[in-house]
Amino acid sequence: MWKWLHPYAKTEKVYGLCQTLLPWFALPALLCLTTGLIWGLAFAPADYQQGDAARIMYIHVPSAILSMSTYAAMAIAALVGMVWQIRTADMAVAAIAPVGAIMTFIALFTGAVWGKPMWGTWWVWDARLTSELILLFMYLGVMALYHAFDDKQQGAKAAGVLALVGVINLPIIHYSVEWWNTLHQGASLMKLGKPSIEADMLWPLLLSLLGFVLTIATLVMLTLQNEIIRRELHRPWVQKLAQGKS
Amino acid sequence: MNPRRQKRLMAVIAVITLVGGAIAMMLYALSQNIDLFYTPSEIIDGKNGQVPQVGQRLKIGGMVVPGSVVRDEETLKVSFQLTDTGPTVTVEYLGLLPDLFREGQGIVATGHLLSATVIEADEVLAKHDEEYMPPEVAEAMKGIKHVKPSESSSY
Repeated sequence: MWKWLHPYAKTEKVYGLCQTLLPWFALPALLCLTTGLIWGLAFAPADYQQGDAARIMYIHVPSAILSMSTYAAMAIAALVGMVWQIRTADMAVAAIAPVGAIMTFIALFTGAVWGKPMWGTWWVWDARLTSELILLFMYLGVMALYHAFDDKQQGAKAAGVLALVGVINLPIIHYSVEWWNTLHQGASLMKLGKPSIEADMLWPLLLSLLGFVLTIATLVMLTLQNEIIRRELHRPWVQKLAQGKS
Repeated sequence: MNPRRQKRLMAVIAVITLVGGAIAMMLYALSQNIDLFYTPSEIIDGKNGQVPQVGQRLKIGGMVVPGSVVRDEETLKVSFQLTDTGPTVTVEYLGLLPDLFREGQGIVATGHLLSATVIEADEVLAKHDEEYMPPEVAEAMKGIKHVKPSESSSY
């Protein structure tokens, strides 16, 4: 059943796959992101309560949702690397971590910028904000552990354990606004039932979300290619690649 | 799945469940401290059997009772009442209010208890809900007109 997947344990094969897929992700990413953001920031209606300030959600909401999805993807890669001992999966963990950290940082930063005019404060230690900050530290911890060992195999093992343990933070972030009373409002989009966002504002938001998904995929493929090259330098196919290109 | 992989998978699952269980119990034990604020009924009836003491520093969150906002003529002093489901608590505050502060709006105030139902706040933050809609829709659905913060001198 999983036989077709087996060749992709080889780094060379994954490198080639990334190479073929890249343009198919990069171009739609650019397209969705620009139309989604321009639509949201310039043409979508302003909010009845917050006015134009609510427009920052076209960046904040996708980056916040995807900071968590990206972590889940990284944890799955870590699980595959740990259980099936596939080195390519370990490299994927190392490739996903910085991209996820950037998404988390964007979510925290835009959230602070949004919080100042609306709530009246840049930061408050409520459960949602604190758990999202912990997510950023988990990403940074995974990156630091991976690079802390001279033997990359060992570094990947340590980083994988941390990535897997950190999964516990994901439901905490998601349900923090329900389990505890927080300054942050409840979920508008990631919940069962109808989103609490009017259609005129929902469509640009979803387009921007898709744009973020594709951008993250593009960035992960690029960093994964870099990581593969970095760790497989001694392999003949990499050396051939380097000679052929230069 | 071969036995070695199965063993590793089991080890991973065991570690995650153990750490997850430990964190769940920790959060459960800390749950009352993780709450950002007291609600007005918790100030009056107590939370987990503990009524906050006069003088205690705390955060309170609730909805501003419509018609209860009283502004001082000469200073920035403002007082208003907060409610959640029944009892109301008075908040006194000297300072700038956030743009979203309105009657009927949820807010979170930090301060200390002056008496059983009066809080002197030194910070007032506005909370907003998760609904987003254009002003026309809000007017049609709820009869709320969006007022630009700069134009709303009286709430």
